[in-house]
Amino acid sequence: MAGNRFNGFQNHGVGIGLRIPHYDHIFAQKPAVDWFEIISENYMIDGGRPLAMLDRIMEQYKVVQHGVSMYFGSAQAPDREHLRRLKNLVQRTKTPWLSDHLCWGSIDGTYSHDLLPLPYTWEAVEKTAARIREVQDFLEIPVAVENVSSYAEFVDSEMTEWEFLNEVVERADCGILLDVNNIYVSSVNHDFAPMDYVNAVPAERVAQIHVAGHTRYEKYILDTHDHPVIEPVWQLYARAIERCGPTPTLLEWDDRIPEFDEVWAEARKAERFLQPASSEEPVLTGAA
Amino acid sequence: MTSPMSLEQLQRTMGAAVMQPLTPEEQMQQCDTTGRFSGRAMADVAGEFIRPNSRLTSFERLEIYNRQYWFRIQSAFHEDFPGLRAVVGPERFETLMNAYLQAHPSRSFTLRNLGSKLLAWLTQNPQFAGSRLTLALDVVRVEWACIEAFDNEELAHLTATDVAALAGESRLALQPHVQLLALTYPADDLVLDMHQQQKRESSEAGTRSEDVDEAPFKPLRLRKRPTWLAVHRADLSLYYKRLSRPEFQMLSALRDGRTLAESLEAGFAGSRLSANTRLNLVREWFANWAELGWICKQQ
Repeated sequence: MAGNRFNGFQNHGVGIGLRIPHYDHIFAQKPAVDWFEIISENYMIDGGRPLAMLDRIMEQYKVVQHGVSMYFGSAQAPDREHLRRLKNLVQRTKTPWLSDHLCWGSIDGTYSHDLLPLPYTWEAVEKTAARIREVQDFLEIPVAVENVSSYAEFVDSEMTEWEFLNEVVERADCGILLDVNNIYVSSVNHDFAPMDYVNAVPAERVAQIHVAGHTRYEKYILDTHDHPVIEPVWQLYARAIERCGPTPTLLEWDDRIPEFDEVWAEARKAERFLQPASSEEPVLTGAA
Repeated sequence: MTSPMSLEQLQRTMGAAVMQPLTPEEQMQQCDTTGRFSGRAMADVAGEFIRPNSRLTSFERLEIYNRQYWFRIQSAFHEDFPGLRAVVGPERFETLMNAYLQAHPSRSFTLRNLGSKLLAWLTQNPQFAGSRLTLALDVVRVEWACIEAFDNEELAHLTATDVAALAGESRLALQPHVQLLALTYPADDLVLDMHQQQKRESSEAGTRSEDVDEAPFKPLRLRKRPTWLAVHRADLSLYYKRLSRPEFQMLSALRDGRTLAESLEAGFAGSRLSANTRLNLVREWFANWAELGWICKQQ
């Protein structure tokens, strides 16, 4: 499969998140990274070093935008200033697709700066899908929504998380950024089988996949992006690739960021799964 | 059985709970302290919309988000105002920070703007700065100016031809990244050592910066000295440039949209300098400002 309409029919290969501590290494060594994912909000500014560094990166590499504050699931209308700045950046980067999270995070103009979970209700399906369509129409590029890690479930939920995701993306006619680490984290926190989730996702809508590390506490897992990817998450990734075909894949490492080579080596572990898929079903081990 | 909350009601309820201040032990309050939930037990509030599981109660699940919210915005505030912390001390800084963030939670999609109201708030709430209010306010001015200068727009600056065509009625503008400050203390000396040139990045990691509480507190001594300062950007880096009072006054007048002639008058208001000295100074300033690219056409 050479991409789909939700990622501009691109097969970007394996990328990593663009992070400031790696700039010097990237400019000096020009590592053979397939692509970088940028956090849109870090560049939705008027000038200065961040945009200059981004322009230098774009001279050499493909970049794809990933947002953390569009809050597709917020019940209220999106911030027009946010949308305007986002579109300016889209025009600058020419990102082939754009992703953000299936969550909410602001209310009455106050921002939590967190990826807060949604109740899996029909009202949330309708409102979230409408907002995704609005953003997609405004930006005029494909949008992919990412499943988030969560630590709470709502009394009012009427369906599973993957049923909710599927309903939203069908009604919004958008892509999915499938974060297999987030599936794993939520599966432990909410006691479901993560492979059920991976198997239920509409493969033809998966524009991109995220892998990442996390931190396990006594009673729950926190999505910290500060460790290598654990084997059960790679197993979920393997199954996702088996179902979706080769898909642009991105390793997230956002805290306690190691040297560039260590992050890149961790990301390249995905390449073993991106080879022609084996017919053998991967075996999931270690997940709750 | 209660009817389900609408999505908006649920988000308003959860938002209020998540943004409620933590206890001094950095845990969720046992009872509502904001009045939003009429002082009720937070376990009851959480139980109304969050399902428990076999390991965590509704309260404990909500508490994860409550802690994450505060840790994230506190980390951002720490990163933006290390100089203020050095002036007021770590304990007072924590109290000041939490009071400010409660009064002014983020109203922007970016944490970059978190401290935008700090100067006005601290001016109105001086008790949070202790005995070093004037210095604290100066440091806040410099630290906020750094944020503005770091990523504000850079417009096309005046060319030599533009400069040659200037007349007394010309109205000019300053680069948006040039921040002019009139200070009671040379607070830039203090801030310079503490600020990293590279700024915080947004991310989705649910982590807390580890160095927040590790910076050693050294009481700082600084003598009062009227200081006029420009915080600006050149070659993508931040710089502090000390200005003379007339230079500061003239730049401020230009920034405020006054004509060139009015700005000259404002610059030398009350000055005893001879006309010849003034002329030489203005030539020197303009040459310097042109080299730095500070002066633009009015938009």
